[in-house]
Amino acid sequence: MKLTLRIWRQAGPAEPGRMVAYEVPDANPDMSFLELLDVLNERLTLEGEDPVTFDHDCREGICGSCGVVINGQAHGPRALTTTCQLHVRSFSDGDVIDIEPWRSVAFGVLKDLMVDRSGLDRIIQAGGYISAPTGSAPEAHSTPVPKPIADTAFDNATCIGCGACVAACPNGSAMLFTSAKVAHLNSLPQGAPERASRVLNLVEAMDAEGFGGCTNTGECTNACPKGIPMDSIATLNREYLRASLGRK
Amino acid sequence: MNFWRSTIGKKTVMAVTGLLMLLFLIVHMLGNLKIFFGRTDFDHYAHWLRTIGNPVLHESWYLWIQRFVLVVAVVLHAVSAYQLSRRDLKARPTKYSHHQRAKAGYATHIMRYGGITLALFIVYHILDFTTLTLNRHGVDGAAYDNVVSSFSVWWVTAIYIAAMICLGLHIQHGFWSAAQTLGYNRPSRDRAFKGVATGLAVLLTVGFLIVPVSVLAGLVD
Ligand code: HEM
Ligand code: SF4
Ligand code: FES
Repeated sequence: MKLTLRIWRQAGPAEPGRMVAYEVPDANPDMSFLELLDVLNERLTLEGEDPVTFDHDCREGICGSCGVVINGQAHGPRALTTTCQLHVRSFSDGDVIDIEPWRSVAFGVLKDLMVDRSGLDRIIQAGGYISAPTGSAPEAHSTPVPKPIADTAFDNATCIGCGACVAACPNGSAMLFTSAKVAHLNSLPQGAPERASRVLNLVEAMDAEGFGGCTNTGECTNACPKGIPMDSIATLNREYLRASLGRK
Repeated sequence: MNFWRSTIGKKTVMAVTGLLMLLFLIVHMLGNLKIFFGRTDFDHYAHWLRTIGNPVLHESWYLWIQRFVLVVAVVLHAVSAYQLSRRDLKARPTKYSHHQRAKAGYATHIMRYGGITLALFIVYHILDFTTLTLNRHGVDGAAYDNVVSSFSVWWVTAIYIAAMICLGLHIQHGFWSAAQTLGYNRPSRDRAFKGVATGLAVLLTVGFLIVPVSVLAGLVD
């Protein structure tokens, strides 16, 4: 397959950037999207050019490092699929593919397609944890969790912190990410002691990073590779209201 | 204070004030329909509005209390909308080279412009029928004739049609959005909230527009 990649090139955080077109004449449909970039980079390296910088690690959809906007869609055209799990066969021979970094004031571009997502880490640090005694594992049966609640918690725990929700949101909002933490930890008995402080601290940290607010447009959930639903945002709002009104 | 400073707090203020205005609009719309019972009934209704709460409250006191609450609601709603919108625009200054997959519908997309249109309309509407500044007939107490004089002019009716379409769209997204903001929404209730939102939007748009359109069509004169 012959593909034309138009890629955002930016030498550093303060440098100006621009879209640069590259031809990849020998793309294999079975390659992953990141392998496509690898192939391009090998050639650029041989030609003595600066290879395209992009984030990646596990390449199996679980670490959340990869993530670029492909033709205006965070993680590309396939639903519930990270960039690393996307394949070249999702495109057609002769396609021109635009590849851009996550765009949000809270995610500065470091280089090319790599952005600084440490804002999400700081949100996690503010409340994405539970207090538990370390040492021996607790007896599982001592804290029964009803199946529907365990399912909700687990579904929300699948968030990989990729930031696609922020990238897709017209307001650069991190509500979906933050709501996944709240819907995960606040629904479990293990999270109950910090139930109120967790949500207050998470939202304060989220706002402090400069993310926008939620206007319930739903672009986030559409882009999320893990299918975190809008329902989690309703849960976050409910928990925030409850904690602000001082209810235990 | 932390609550008001947070994005979720401001959004909650918008949801509560929005629902308050919505409640008022439903009652207001139903009241307007009394015009079809004739001049005497309608003027009597308009006069009765000033006597609500009598004799506990003095003449027009209830009306002033309601006006105060509504003005506070409009101001809080608009200030929150302005502050949040500024923040939102600042948070995503760079567009992508392609349009995004449009998940959100037109009603969602148009909330900000629709809101600004409604704010301008509210001012115009008050100058038209409350202060009577812009009203062609403009006689205090002659509500029926004031209404007929305004809506007999085609472009006044056109303004109202445009504004009420904005209102309908605002409510179609807003009502569901408020359910989401206040944490009442659940997957099991989502369809119901969307359905009620559309129902309210149609009800209010049609209910409000029947009057000016009937006047312009000569059914009420
Ligand atoms: C002063 C004029 C108005 C302005 C400037 C305005 C503006 C806005 C804006 C910008 C939003 C947020 C939209 C979003 O999240 O994308 C909104 C939401 C909303 N508006 Fe208005 N609006 C106005 C009047 C009204 C009126 C008259 C009603 C009464 C029906 C209303 C009901 C609502 C509701 C229920 C919401 C949803 C709140 C939420 O998302 O939680 N608004 N408005
Ligand atoms: S909520 Fe979804 S899109 Fe957002 S960071 Fe988590 S996995 Fe990524
Ligand atoms: S590289 Fe780990 S999720 Fe894509």
